Amino acid sequence: MYRIRFHGRGGQGMKTASRILGRAFFLEGFEVQDAPRYGAERRGAPMFAYVRASRNTINERGIIRRPDLVVVADDTLVPVSAAGVLQGVTEHTVMLINSNEKPEVWKDRLNISGQVLTMPSVAEKEDRLEPRFISASCAGVAARLVGVISRTSLKQAISAELAHLGAAVVDKNLAGALESYDLMGSHSGSVTPGHEVPAYAYQNPEWIELPFEDARVSAPAIHATATSEKMKTGLWRTMRPVIDYSRCNRCWWVCSTFCPDSAISLDDEGYPQIDYEHCKGCMVCVAQCPSHAIHAIPEQEAEAGTPAGERL
Amino acid sequence: MKRTLLTGNGAAAWGVRLAGVDYVPAFPITPQTEIIETIANWIDLGEMDCRMVTLESEHSMITAAGAAAATGVRAFTATSSQGLLYAMEMIYTVAGWRVPFVMVNVSRGLSAPITLEPDHNDILVARDSGFLQIHCATCQEVLDSILMAFRLAEDEQVRLPVIVNMDGFYLSFTREPVEIPDADAVTRFLPPFDPENICFRASAPVSEAVAVLGGPPYSYFRYETHLASLNAVPVFAKIAEEFAQAFGRTYEAVEAYRTDDAELVFVIMGSFATKAKDAVDRLREAGRSVGLLRPRLLRPFPNGDIRRILAGKKGVAVIDQNLSMGMGGVLHSELASALYGQAHAPPVLVSFIGGLGGRDIGPEEFYEMASVTRKAVEDGKAPAPRLLYTEKELREVRKLQAIAQVERENLGQNQ
Repeated sequence: MYRIRFHGRGGQGMKTASRILGRAFFLEGFEVQDAPRYGAERRGAPMFAYVRASRNTINERGIIRRPDLVVVADDTLVPVSAAGVLQGVTEHTVMLINSNEKPEVWKDRLNISGQVLTMPSVAEKEDRLEPRFISASCAGVAARLVGVISRTSLKQAISAELAHLGAAVVDKNLAGALESYDLMGSHSGSVTPGHEVPAYAYQNPEWIELPFEDARVSAPAIHATATSEKMKTGLWRTMRPVIDYSRCNRCWWVCSTFCPDSAISLDDEGYPQIDYEHCKGCMVCVAQCPSHAIHAIPEQEAEAGTPAGERL
Repeated sequence: MKRTLLTGNGAAAWGVRLAGVDYVPAFPITPQTEIIETIANWIDLGEMDCRMVTLESEHSMITAAGAAAATGVRAFTATSSQGLLYAMEMIYTVAGWRVPFVMVNVSRGLSAPITLEPDHNDILVARDSGFLQIHCATCQEVLDSILMAFRLAEDEQVRLPVIVNMDGFYLSFTREPVEIPDADAVTRFLPPFDPENICFRASAPVSEAVAVLGGPPYSYFRYETHLASLNAVPVFAKIAEEFAQAFGRTYEAVEAYRTDDAELVFVIMGSFATKAKDAVDRLREAGRSVGLLRPRLLRPFPNGDIRRILAGKKGVAVIDQNLSMGMGGVLHSELASALYGQAHAPPVLVSFIGGLGGRDIGPEEFYEMASVTRKAVEDGKAPAPRLLYTEKELREVRKLQAIAQVERENLGQNQ
């Protein structure tokens, strides 16, 4: 059975990617299971989707513990432990990362023995706020890596899964996905189906006895304020708002009032400061600033060392 | 017939569409599912001839479904978890009306604390209501069960509402290959609803169970509902046989997998049962004689089939994806009650609690449950009920508690 996991952020289209790949396997005559997994739906929060494909009936369900292929649509997720990108990754697993950095850098950084690949590069969009449809490309590369999905099936799968979005969107996605499919030709078949856990040699789950604990400990209550500070929602951001202080009029109330997360405060001189640990990157401030002093910068670029919003 | 990929929600919507449902009252907001959204879209596109009305709560939604069914139209509705609980007063009431309609419940663990993932405590709250319950393990079964559920609900020997249950995420959001039967074949199996003696016309008003009754007439009506529910066992068997003839898929009240020559048997409900099926195959490969029993009908409880299938078995591992506080697993209790005092009943019944709030059950855990049950058979005694829980999981909880603890200390200092 093939077991494939797609990791991305809410809104990046990983559910769609899993559906395209699932449909493509199905068109090739495989039994298929595809599903997304997330908590309360939040744009930008880490989520994953998965595909199982087999020539036989699939009885396995739920999250994939031992993936044959892990696709990461957003490389900023790799170090986020809650995203669980590396969960169950072994030397058998192929990692496919959408990143500007080289595969060797990732292999070294993550200290993993399996094969690491990066997505073939895509042209930068003119409008940085326009969402990048990477789902079809991710599915296209995954389809090539398993080596059992034809170009025709991939094409049909994309057309079927995106039909509701109209012909223009289908065409745009087809172009990107088929280009990626073609570029990865030399890696065709590098992902191979994994095995089931045998019942004659398995690791004992070592269950424990759950002890009784006082309701002061065991009731799900938090009796203090400001615990949400400990939740670094800044990790959900794909775009970062950066203030150009040379254009800031210190009107003080517009950006900080519109910020839905109270992540903008004022310093002693009346300049707004963005709390990047909690800014989710909704870009409401960018749209509201009367003097257009707030810019949107892709998070990956910002992480790489371009202006991080310090006042010059 | 068309075979395509559908989620459990999509499969449910297709079942409703093929069943020729006349009326769908729905609460449209969370925790409502895509089932209603899909049906609404079809009605909007003119692909489905049906009336949908949105209501302000699940309580009103069930009232509307029951009232519509009392006029002789075919009605359907759907809900999930907290929504089912919010409707609970009317769940009991409409069952008492003896009106036939079908509802899908997408199972999800209940508050508090809150989760979005499945377990069966929500649907078990409706266990004693008079609604019949069909539990599904695959998306195909969801579609097929809805067709059978209308036959069951409308049968004159039964005439009770039916809940078709599926697990959130594991079925509701999971796509699998599903055969969508031809509309003609479905109409032959499930003709338009003939309400017979159910009728309501504006010119001829009737009242439905309005009187306040004393104990003896109350007992009569309640016990009649119980007898009608028991009738659903043979009626379901007959419907399932007709379904198998028409569509080639067999759904008995209890699914038995590799039980004939098994010494040990897993008992589990819902979609996690297919995981258990996988484990049975692996255990067989390792030379262990293990089978699986899955009650498809929970109400009425198929006592006869369960006793027959488990007769002569050495040990049974009951895996409950629910927890009755202060007692334990509900299915374990039901099974013990079905087997107690029966000739050839398995001597050892081991209770496991797992999959609460969608907590996964891995293949190793099924193998270990088989191993624990085998040891219990050797010892001639069942161990204490076991929660499937690991040290690593407790460590994760400790991290959350550590945050809470720090906060409490700060609070103490501020006072």
